[in-house]
Formats: sequence, structure tokens, C-alpha cells
Amino acid sequence: MAGLIDLANPTRFMRLSAALLPWSTGVAGVLLSVGFYLAWFVAPADYQQGETIRIMFVHVPAAWLAMMFYTMMTLSALGTLVWRHPLADVAQKAAAPIGAAFALICLLTGAFWGKPMWGTYWVWDARLTSMLVLLLIYLGIMALWRTLDEPSQAGRAVAILTLVGFVNVPIIKFSVDWWNTLHQPASVLRLDGPTIHPSMLWPLLILAAGFTLMALTLHLVAMRAEIMRRRVRTLTILEAERLDRLATGNAPA
Amino acid sequence: MSGLGPHAGFILASYAAVAIVLGGLLASILLDYRAQKRALAKLEQRGAGRRAERESR
Repeated sequence: MAGLIDLANPTRFMRLSAALLPWSTGVAGVLLSVGFYLAWFVAPADYQQGETIRIMFVHVPAAWLAMMFYTMMTLSALGTLVWRHPLADVAQKAAAPIGAAFALICLLTGAFWGKPMWGTYWVWDARLTSMLVLLLIYLGIMALWRTLDEPSQAGRAVAILTLVGFVNVPIIKFSVDWWNTLHQPASVLRLDGPTIHPSMLWPLLILAAGFTLMALTLHLVAMRAEIMRRRVRTLTILEAERLDRLATGNAPA
Repeated sequence: MSGLGPHAGFILASYAAVAIVLGGLLASILLDYRAQKRALAKLEQRGAGRRAERESR
């Protein structure tokens, strides 16, 4: 908790993130390179899916990240509403487009896999529909940020919407267990262990780690940009007030 | 292409979608970062914050 409070200082966050960014970028690059090499040149074709298994190497990490970023945003929303952490709404605002991008990738790659495997790009089953709802919630949150000019006011409104929207995350995860869906049940995150052969599991896990680190790196950059945007806003207001005072002071009586 | 079997088009379309979406995300974040950095540098160069705070005292 003390570490979090230390990071609450935007100046300290800017310094720490600047030091961290080159390392996280480098490690993400290495993990993605190794992961894509294994996924394309080492992992065998699946006995049922054939070569379309290559789509799973990007589809599955995208689905995980879309849910992970929404969970991070929910924790940030609690940080905004309960602890009034000065960086919580910055983190939340920066995370929304990243989570939305991964939700979109999940839906697109799922559709491109679905057509040859299921015979359709889309079906209104619980897993696909709840992931589409997640994308729409992300877009709603991004739109809400733009409707209110005052960042702290927008942050509180978005935090409430984010908390309400979190109900969808467990629905996505357990939809394949609760309802009879065309989408297959979990094959990696299972209580009895993964059901995927290691030759396919390792590329998937390495790519998931690479995409996660890449997304967190982008999140840090977006947070830095948001902190600077707020500083620019404050300085612009101060400058405008100064010019206003000068104009009033010099105005003829 | 032939190494990817009969569904090569779907596999390549998936990776193209990943490249386009992530490329767009990366570009938008980096361009925004650069724009904010430039705007902040311009304001600080003019001494906007310091001057306003000094004069309001």
C-alpha cells in the first residue's frame, strides 16, 4: 500500500515510468518475436483445426487482455471512488482504448476462425455476445470521457459506469459453462490444467506474456500522455486567468 | 500461402486485422504523447505556470 501511495505522486510516476519503458519495450519485443517464431514455424497444425490454429495464438491472448484491462479499470474505478487516488482515473482513462482494441481483435480473429471451422462468421451465442457487449461498454466509457471537460468530474462518472459494467466480465468467462454455446469451453485456464499439447501451449503462453507486456507498456505511455494533458490544461487555465487579470487591470475606467 | 492450407485467406486476414488494430492503437498513443509533450514544453518555455502563480500571490 505504501508503494501505491508513493506512486500517487505524478512526478514520481513520470520518473519511474521513464526508467521502466525501455526495458518493458525490449522484453515485450523479445517475447513477441520468440512467440511468433514458435507459433508460425514450430507449433504443428492441429489434428482438427488444421492451420487455423495459428489464429488462436492471437485470438486467445486478445480475449484475456480485453478482460484483464477491464478488471484493471474496475480496480482503478475503486481507486477513484474510494481512495481518491490521484492516478486512478488517469490509469482508467488510459486503459480504455487499449482494452477496446484487444476486444475488437478478439471479435475479428474469432470471426475469421469461425467461418472455416463453424461455417459462420458470427452467432449470437453467450460468449460471442458478451464479448461484443464488453467492446460496447469500452466504447461507451471512451465516449463518456469526452462528454465532460473537467477530468475529476468525468473520472467519477466513468468510475460508476465501469463498476456497473464489470458484471459482464464473469459472464464472459463462465458463459461457456453456464449456457450451451457454440464456443468451446476453456482449454488453458482450467482447474484440472490445460488440455492443449505443450507444442501449442508454449507459443500461446509466450505470446500472451509478450502481448501483456506490450499492452502494459502502451498503458504507461498513455498514462504519461494523460498526466501531461492535465498539466497543459492547468497551465492554459492559469495563463488565461493571468491574461484576463492583466486585461482587466489595464482596462480604461 | 500453400503451406497454410485451404484456409490461408482467413489466417492472413486475422493477422492483418491484428496488425491494423494494434498499429492504429500504437500510432494514436504515440502521436498523442508527442503532441502533449510538445504543448507542455511550449507552455513551460513561456513560464506559464510560474508566472501565473507568482502574480496571483
